[in-house]
Amino acid sequence: MAELLLDVNNLVTKFKTADGKLSAVRGVSFSVNKGETVCIVGESGCGKSITSLSIMNLLPNNGEISEGSVRFLGQELTKMRQDELRKLRGNKMAMIFQEPMTALNPVFTVGFQIREPLKIHKRLSQREAHRKGIELLKQVGIPYPEKRMSQYSHELSGGMRQRVMIAIALACRPSLLIADEPTTALDVTIQAQILDLIDDLKEELGMGVIMVTHDMGVVAEVADRVMVMYAGEKIEEADVESLFSNPQHPYTKGLLKSVPNVDDRNHQLEAIPGTLPNLNEVITGCRFHNRCEFATEKCRTQSPKTFTVNDEHTVRCWLQEVEQHDESAATASSNQ
Amino acid sequence: MVGLIIRRMLQLVVLLIGISFIVFMSMHLSPGDPASIIGGPTATESDIEAIRNNLGLNDPVLVQYANYMTGVVQGDLGFSYQTKQSVSEAIITRFPNTLNLAIASMIVAVVIGVTAGIISALKQNSWIDVSSTVVSLAGISIPNFWLGTVLILVFSVGLQWLPVGGLSEPFWTIEGMKQLILPAITLGTGSAAMIARMSRSTMLEVIRADFVRTARAKGVKEKTVIWVHALRNAMIPVITVIGLNFGFLLGGTIITEQVFAINGVGRLMIEAIAARDFPMVQGSVLLVAALFVLVNLIVDLIYSVIDPRISYD
Ligand SMILES: Nc1ncnc2c1ncn2[C@@H]1O[C@H](COP(=O)(O)OP(=O)(O)OP(=O)(O)O)[C@@H](O)[C@H]1O
Ligand SMILES: [Mg+2]
Repeated sequence: MAELLLDVNNLVTKFKTADGKLSAVRGVSFSVNKGETVCIVGESGCGKSITSLSIMNLLPNNGEISEGSVRFLGQELTKMRQDELRKLRGNKMAMIFQEPMTALNPVFTVGFQIREPLKIHKRLSQREAHRKGIELLKQVGIPYPEKRMSQYSHELSGGMRQRVMIAIALACRPSLLIADEPTTALDVTIQAQILDLIDDLKEELGMGVIMVTHDMGVVAEVADRVMVMYAGEKIEEADVESLFSNPQHPYTKGLLKSVPNVDDRNHQLEAIPGTLPNLNEVITGCRFHNRCEFATEKCRTQSPKTFTVNDEHTVRCWLQEVEQHDESAATASSNQ
Repeated sequence: MVGLIIRRMLQLVVLLIGISFIVFMSMHLSPGDPASIIGGPTATESDIEAIRNNLGLNDPVLVQYANYMTGVVQGDLGFSYQTKQSVSEAIITRFPNTLNLAIASMIVAVVIGVTAGIISALKQNSWIDVSSTVVSLAGISIPNFWLGTVLILVFSVGLQWLPVGGLSEPFWTIEGMKQLILPAITLGTGSAAMIARMSRSTMLEVIRADFVRTARAKGVKEKTVIWVHALRNAMIPVITVIGLNFGFLLGGTIITEQVFAINGVGRLMIEAIAARDFPMVQGSVLLVAALFVLVNLIVDLIYSVIDPRISYD
């Protein structure tokens, strides 16, 4: 029986901007079980990072969660006081950021930065924290960990910095790890190593992992479940097999078509036409309709409801209505 | 590190030679004859000629310069034309006053500037931020002599809380501090304003930095996030401004000492210039230049301490 770790319900995150309050995340719901990896995918700007930061309550200061709930280990995070949240952050839930080059503080040693969460949450002494820090660096595959402890981030390569970030995130053995494109800024070999590392540690610690990415290759490698986002909304969610073998939303299909395929040399790479709307654009109906080749009148006027493809697979697209209608019509006629 | 210090000392020597040359030439080429000032209104032409001969003022300028520099190299800054006192002695007796004033002003500038800058950044666009911005702009534009005069009128003449001027007591006594406070505020305000502007803008940048978010993601207390993680990064550019302002402050001592009747090197310099007392002017300018270089060296050393990315080896 899967154990529920995180339950996000109807999350709405808004930014105060010169154009007024704009929603970057629009009513997103999903959950993460213990030991499960959920991938969030979608184009740049669709709201993946903001969804992650909303969970951690680390939004930029013009952003706020204006609706919805985030339940983590049975506690409601959106109503929690800052000092209580602080006790969870870096302890029960941890995050690795998109940009390893700037995520570490340039004026403190690696050792200082890795000892910090251990001292705060585990109340370790300087010496214990130091020993534990070395152990963590070793665990994430950093050579000469003792030496690294006294180095500064500018003395490390991008891959090493991201490993240090992972070590920091894992220092207190969190139940939930949010990895926001942990490998986008790194080269391919390092990328594979980091993903393997996160996967191994997930098994070892039984963590739940939210992996944000826009790389379908990464999804195929690590995901148990996948949530596809478009312009602030969740448009499709499925287990990884179902999503790759039977994608429903035209946008998801487009994403999958834009991935190169080595096995099939004749595979045509297709970019999805058009671009993601700006936060301040008002769009009626389905937010994808102006880029969708199958869009109908209904798509232009009415926001799609959620259709169930199977137990693990849901999609928000009016085309489902036609298909499901056809199917039921087909079954009905065959029954005659 | 040692390399840097040696390099700077060599630079200092070159710099001092250059400065002494420029000051020497401009003093000798500008109108005004020290001999007739020394001789006074009753001196005859031959008296003045005798004084001139005596001081070596009839030698070619370059020879005079060479003679002067020969003395300087041996640690002899010459004698005042006016008082016949040794220049080094005159400077040494006056220098502590100037140094106290400069350091006190620097402390005022750094404490007020950095605190105001950080609070402004943390409470961006609040009334505190807006008023600090307005006060800073005023602080940058108000001339020292005006501010000094107003402070004296209000606190010394009006309220009679503080002495009108002078700096006779040591700074560690209550009386000494009372004497130092108005001049330090007068001189420090402009720098405080500049430091506040700089601290605000770098702090605003730093609190949005990724590594600050990382610190929060680790569960670090907000106070520690600001005063440890952010501050040290924000201070790096501010240190430069502080260093530059020290030079600005040294220049400002001339006027401030005048306004508050403080017997410091600044006042010595003004009097010496008025009296065409060449050796005294030379000596004080050289001291100020050396001090400026020294402060910049200290700034660079502080840099390498707070920013590990900077190394002088
Ligand atoms: N501080 C902010 N103020 C206003 N809008 C913001 C702010 N931060 C992000 N946004 C907007 O919110 C939207 C979602 O951004 P988000 O960073 O979540 O995208 P993303 O899916 O993570 O993209 P990427 O793949 O490029 O990381 C974008 O349109 C972005 O412009
Ligand atoms: Mg992102």
